[in-house]
Amino acid sequence: MNDNAPILQANGVTIRFGGLTAVSNFNFEIRAHELVGLIGPNGAGKTTLFNMLTGVYKPTEGTIMVSGQPTAELKPYEITALGVARTFQNIRLFKELTVLDNVKIGGHIHYKYSGTSAVLHTNRFHVAEDEAEAEALKLLDIFDLRDRAESYAKNLPYGDQRRLEIARALAAKPKLLLLDEPAAGLNDSETHALMETIHDIRDRFDIAILLIEHNMELVMGICERIVVLNFGKTIAVGTPDEIRANDAVIEAYLGEPAEAAHL
Amino acid sequence: MARLPWWLRDLIYLVFLVGLLVALSYGLDSLPIGGMAYYNRIIVLMGVNITLAVSLNIINGHAGQFSLGHAGFMAIGAYFAAFLTVTFFSPYVDKLPADSTQQWIAQNSALVVAMIAGGTLAAIAGYLVGLPSLRLRGDYLAIVTLGFGEIIRVLILNIDQIGAARGLSGIPKWSNFFWVFLLAGITIMISWRLVNSSVGRAFLAVREDQIAAEAMGVDTTKYKVKAFIIGSFLAGAAGGLYAHYMMYLNPTMFMFDKSFIVVAMVVLGGLGSISGSVVAAIILTFLPEGLRPVKDLLPASMAGRDPRMVIYSLMLIALMLTRPQGLFGRRELWEVLTRRKDSTGGKRDEKSGPPVS
Repeated sequence: MNDNAPILQANGVTIRFGGLTAVSNFNFEIRAHELVGLIGPNGAGKTTLFNMLTGVYKPTEGTIMVSGQPTAELKPYEITALGVARTFQNIRLFKELTVLDNVKIGGHIHYKYSGTSAVLHTNRFHVAEDEAEAEALKLLDIFDLRDRAESYAKNLPYGDQRRLEIARALAAKPKLLLLDEPAAGLNDSETHALMETIHDIRDRFDIAILLIEHNMELVMGICERIVVLNFGKTIAVGTPDEIRANDAVIEAYLGEPAEAAHL
Repeated sequence: MARLPWWLRDLIYLVFLVGLLVALSYGLDSLPIGGMAYYNRIIVLMGVNITLAVSLNIINGHAGQFSLGHAGFMAIGAYFAAFLTVTFFSPYVDKLPADSTQQWIAQNSALVVAMIAGGTLAAIAGYLVGLPSLRLRGDYLAIVTLGFGEIIRVLILNIDQIGAARGLSGIPKWSNFFWVFLLAGITIMISWRLVNSSVGRAFLAVREDQIAAEAMGVDTTKYKVKAFIIGSFLAGAAGGLYAHYMMYLNPTMFMFDKSFIVVAMVVLGGLGSISGSVVAAIILTFLPEGLRPVKDLLPASMAGRDPRMVIYSLMLIALMLTRPQGLFGRRELWEVLTRRKDSTGGKRDEKSGPPVS
C-alpha cells in the first residue's frame, strides 16, 4: 500500500441527535506518523467525533474510511482490527483485572486461538500466550508499570491508570492511536511528562496519533497540526502558529468577538 | 523446552483422574457405614451441582451475563439423554448377555453418547438464548433466561413422548459416582483453562466493560454467545448424568428454584471464582441434609416440624450480609489462603468490592 495514503479519512461527517447537530460536515485526514491535536471548548463535539471514528456512533451523513476501507458497516471491534485503537476520557480500564491482563486484552486481536486450543493447551496456545505475555511485559516496561503487573488496575494511582490505558491501546498495535484527553485530571508536571511520553510513543511505534486535549498550550507544544471544533463545526485547521493567530479560535475560547478581545 | 506434547500430558491427567475416581468409588462402596446408599446419593448430587455451578460461573461469573436459566439447560440435557437411552440404547444393551464385558462397554459408551447428545442439544438452546443477550443486559437478560427456563419446563410438560406431567421413568441407572465426578473434574479443568486463555480474558473484558472490550477488538457478542454455549453444554451433560442416576425425571425437578439454587452457589462462592463455586456447591448440597438432625433438638411442643430450610435460608442471608462478595470474592481458594504473603509484597490489594458493579 502507498505509504503516504491517509490512515483515516473523514468526508462530510455529520451526526444529529434529534434536533441537535453534534458534529457537522467534518472533513479530515491523518497520515502515517502524524501527530494531530483536536481542540475545542466543552461540548464542541470532540468526543462524539472520536466515537464516530471508532464506530461507537454511526454518522448520520458522510463517510469515514480507515486504510481506504469505509467503516459505516463495521462494528467497533472490526475497526480496531483495521488499526485504530483508543483511550477514553473517563478511564475505562478493566478494573477487576490485573495490569498485565489489561494489556493482554489490548493485544486480543493478535493472539487469538480457538476455545478448543485453550482447553487442550495445544502448542498454538502456548506460542500465542508466551508471545502475548512477552509483548505485554515489554509495554509495561516502557510505561514503567512492570512492577505493578500483578496489581488490580483499580488499585493503581490515577496517573498510572491513564498511562495503563495508553499501554493497553498500544498492545493492539494500531496504526492510529486516538487519545481522548489523556492529561485530564493530571497535574502540570504529570501532564508535561505525559506529553513527552506521547511524543516518544509516536516515534518509537511509528504510529499516527490524534489527540483531544483541553489544554491549548500543551497541544501546541507537541502537535504538528491542530483542528479546532466549536459547536460541531470545524472552525480552523493549521499549524500551532496559525491556530494561535486565528481570530475564530480566539473568539471560541474567549467567548467574545476578536476585536473586543484585542482591546 | 521439555514440554510434553499436549495430548500426552492431558492423557496422563485423564488417566490419573480416572484412577483416582475408580479408587474412590471402590473405597466409598466398601466403607462400613450403614445407609451408604443415602450418603452416596448426596455425594453424587454434590458432583452434579459442582458441574452446574462451575458451568454457570462461566456465564455469570466470567462473562458477566446474569443467567437464571440453568435449570432449563439441565432439563434439556437430562430429558434428551434419557429419551435416547430409553428409546434406543437401553433395549439394545438389555439384549446383550447380562453382566458381560460386552454389555458393560455398550452401557458405558451409550451413557457417554447420551450425555454428549444431551449437552449438545442444551448448547444449541444456549446459543439461541445467548443471541438475544447481545441486546439485553443485566436484569433484562435475567428475566429472559428465567422465562426460557420456564418455557422449557412447560414444553416438557406438554410432550407426551417424554412422559409429560407423569415424568419419564424407566431410565437405567448407568450413571454413578465415577461418571459424575469425572464430568465435574473435566468441567473444572475446562473452566480453569478457559479463564486463563485469550478466550477467558475476552469473557472477563466483556464483564468488566463492554465498550472498552469492543474498543480492544473483542467481539463481545461472539464471546457472550460462546460463554452461553459452553456453560449450557456442561449443564446439559450434567443433566444427562443426573437422569441416569435418578432413574426418573419429572418437570417439577427443573422449576426455576433449581436455577436460583445454582445461582446461589455461584454467588456464595464468589462470582468468577471457580474454586468458590465448587466449595459453595458442596456446602449448599450438604446443608439441607446436614441440618436434618436439628429437628430432634426442638422442644416437644414443636415436634414433627422441620426447621431445616428456615435455618438454611437464614444461613444464606447471614453469609451474604457478612461477605457480599462471596466466600472467595473473585479470587481462587489458594489466592485467598496466601493473601497475607501477597499483600506484604505490595501486590494484589485485598479490597475486593461487591461482585455486582
